[in-house]
Amino acid sequence: MKKLMNRKEMPIGSVIDKPGSSMEYETGGWRNYKPVRDTEKCSNCLICWIYCPEGCIKVKDGKITDIDLKYCKGCGICAEECPVKGKAIQMVEEKKEG
Amino acid sequence: MPKISAMTGNNAVAEAMRQINPDVVAAYPITPQTELAEEFADFVANGRVKTEYIPVESEHSAMSACIGASTAGARTMTATSSAGFALMWEMLPIAAGLRTPVIMTVVNRAFSAPLNIHCSHDDSMGGRDTGWVQIYSENAQEVYDNLIQAVPIGEDKSIRLPVMVCMDGFIISHAVERVELLDDEVIKKFVGEYQPANYLLNVTSPITIGACALPDYYTEHKRQHSEALMNSKDKILEIADKFYKISGRKYGLFESYRLDDAEYAIVIINSGAGVAKMVVNELREKGIKAGVLKPRIFRPFPANEIRDALKHLKAIAVLDRVDSFGTGSTPTFTEVKAALYGITKPPLMINYVYGLGGRDIRLEDIHKVYQKLIEISKTGKIDKVFDYLTVRE
Repeated sequence: MKKLMNRKEMPIGSVIDKPGSSMEYETGGWRNYKPVRDTEKCSNCLICWIYCPEGCIKVKDGKITDIDLKYCKGCGICAEECPVKGKAIQMVEEKKEG
Repeated sequence: MPKISAMTGNNAVAEAMRQINPDVVAAYPITPQTELAEEFADFVANGRVKTEYIPVESEHSAMSACIGASTAGARTMTATSSAGFALMWEMLPIAAGLRTPVIMTVVNRAFSAPLNIHCSHDDSMGGRDTGWVQIYSENAQEVYDNLIQAVPIGEDKSIRLPVMVCMDGFIISHAVERVELLDDEVIKKFVGEYQPANYLLNVTSPITIGACALPDYYTEHKRQHSEALMNSKDKILEIADKFYKISGRKYGLFESYRLDDAEYAIVIINSGAGVAKMVVNELREKGIKAGVLKPRIFRPFPANEIRDALKHLKAIAVLDRVDSFGTGSTPTFTEVKAALYGITKPPLMINYVYGLGGRDIRLEDIHKVYQKLIEISKTGKIDKVFDYLTVRE
């Protein structure tokens, strides 16, 4: 786990003093269900790419290459919006450690 | 050369604001603050200040605009009363939490209901825990002086907090008094240029303002804020000392009036202290050792200093122009009582609510309080800790 700053190390006034710091917050930790894509069924229509609120659907040359689980919160919008019959993305429960 | 003028409290504040010449003022008119906001708007319209005046549609917007302007790097001021203060409420802890040095004059007025436009300390006392620095002023001179000192207090690198400067509605805001004004150039030099540590319009160093902090960070932010406010006392005194050098007028965390050898004292904020001091003079002529402690800086509350100033007394009455409903006590009383906790043989302490909704506090009312203090000192018994003064029972 990342070391948290103490009060003396923190900027004053709850200011974030450098840009792009949201990258440091890996929201994937919020997830209970993860999206699993069936590459056979997927038509690469990119509807999930449009809908994903976190930009976690990675695309190269018009094709989905990956889903970024570091930031995917598991909201399930991609699976909900997937137009493929029988769904190319399924939400699967995360295995809890311990 | 200082200029002596006849002014209301509102005139004095508008004049101080003109001399401070802030970058932004966002205000909405409300009785008894209206005259102040109008007079400053005249200064803007007549080109006597360079201020951007934002005539907002409500006090919630006024404080929001002030926070926006302050985070953008502008020296920012506003003023309000009563219901206007209440409408700002959501934004008050935000101004403080973002550590914006917004300066606000609070012309103290009672809350409704019943509707009343006169003085109680409901507004600012209700907002005492919003994290602002709070300064109280007995008269027009003090509100002028306090407002000028509020600028370096709020902007000091070690403080960086909003400051509210309070005066009594109508009693001070609308009464004409003698006010000694300092020269424009002297004030300009005293307040200097605002040098924000960081600000939104600084494109070379981008920042995010108003981000969220979850349970893993929220506590540390509050701790930072708490420490800055608690530690601001020394700086406030340092600034008071600098102000003394330009004005010849001395300010402390509170005023001790004939208190050093006193046996009985009244603790009272704002204009009521003037009445109490007059009674003290009358009592002293009769050989009764009476004194007054008038809090000036209510936040941060100078508990240790007040304890040291009061601990030798036989009996103390704390008078507040506000009730803390359901506590059988008032805001200043709970603070003073807590300050005296733990000392051996603390003074006897009683508490009165007075002057609500602008009811006059008269010399004979204050005399009654001192008589009560003398009486309880003799018997050692307090029949009523908390009571209303001048009420038809």
